[in-house]
Amino acid sequence: MNRRTRALVFAVAGAVLAAFFVAAALDMTPFGSGFHPYRDLAIPAAVKHATANVVASVNFDQRGIDTLVEETILLGSVLAAATLLRPVRGEEERRIPDVGRILSSTRLLGYVLLPVTIVIGIDLVVHGHLTPGGGFQGGVVIGTGIHLLYVSGSFQAVERIRPLTPYRIAEAVGAAGFVCLGLATAVAGAGFLANSIAHGTFAQLFSAGTVPILNGLVGVEVGAGVVVLLASFLDQEILVRTGSPE
Amino acid sequence: MSAVVAVCLVLTALAGSAVVVTGEPERQAVTLSVFGIVLTVLFVVLQAPDVALSQLGVGAAIVPLMVMLTVRKLRRRK
Repeated sequence: MNRRTRALVFAVAGAVLAAFFVAAALDMTPFGSGFHPYRDLAIPAAVKHATANVVASVNFDQRGIDTLVEETILLGSVLAAATLLRPVRGEEERRIPDVGRILSSTRLLGYVLLPVTIVIGIDLVVHGHLTPGGGFQGGVVIGTGIHLLYVSGSFQAVERIRPLTPYRIAEAVGAAGFVCLGLATAVAGAGFLANSIAHGTFAQLFSAGTVPILNGLVGVEVGAGVVVLLASFLDQEILVRTGSPE
Repeated sequence: MSAVVAVCLVLTALAGSAVVVTGEPERQAVTLSVFGIVLTVLFVVLQAPDVALSQLGVGAAIVPLMVMLTVRKLRRRK
């Protein structure tokens, strides 16, 4: 197909898509209007299970299976990336000395922000059912926060606090815990991932039934997953090719 | 639509276009990160703080970092 034919095909397809897109957009509910049928159903359902953060209720209670599948996708992606990026034959690790040209202010900022970031991450996980945040967001913050040490220029320090095996295990345990909790509620007769345990008092730390438990499990899984993922990429930095691959 | 929302939507369109027209991948990682932050602000303005937090972590930090590390590795191999 030459350039002209390609442009022609694109023009036709683009015009059709644009026409349908504009037609669909014109028929949509106006931006910022008060018509929200899903909201009107989701909020009472969240309040019924004493979940202050309605988004957390939608994610882990009303649509728990969707979240389970999403977490499984993440698990699969991390696994695939780690497999692709593993050292192959002909590559070996090389000790790199700590690089000396990092600004002291960057170094200081890294060390100061490390504990702050970790605490914020844990806070996001623990209060996910009350305020914005949750296992996923908190996990991402913790996982990236640990790598602030790398920004501070100390690869050795990163390796010390990051022996990968526990993180790999934690990722699997988090994912398995999600399924096990779902199976437990199913065995108890309430259905897979049904929020059937005591709901507690609305807006208290111990409320929302299974939501905070699932948040914690997802936090462990995502936090560990991000660490494993970033570690796979960072470890490529210390890998050098010593021979030709097979 | 309030003025703040309108400004954020325009900024999002501009930042998104900037990512597309950035040629080199290592510069693209930076514009992508900026785009991630602009999207985060848009989500906050549209009162979706949960999504904003995810966007901030994944879109503004992790993805650009992975792009950057990949580019560096490829460059060194050449």
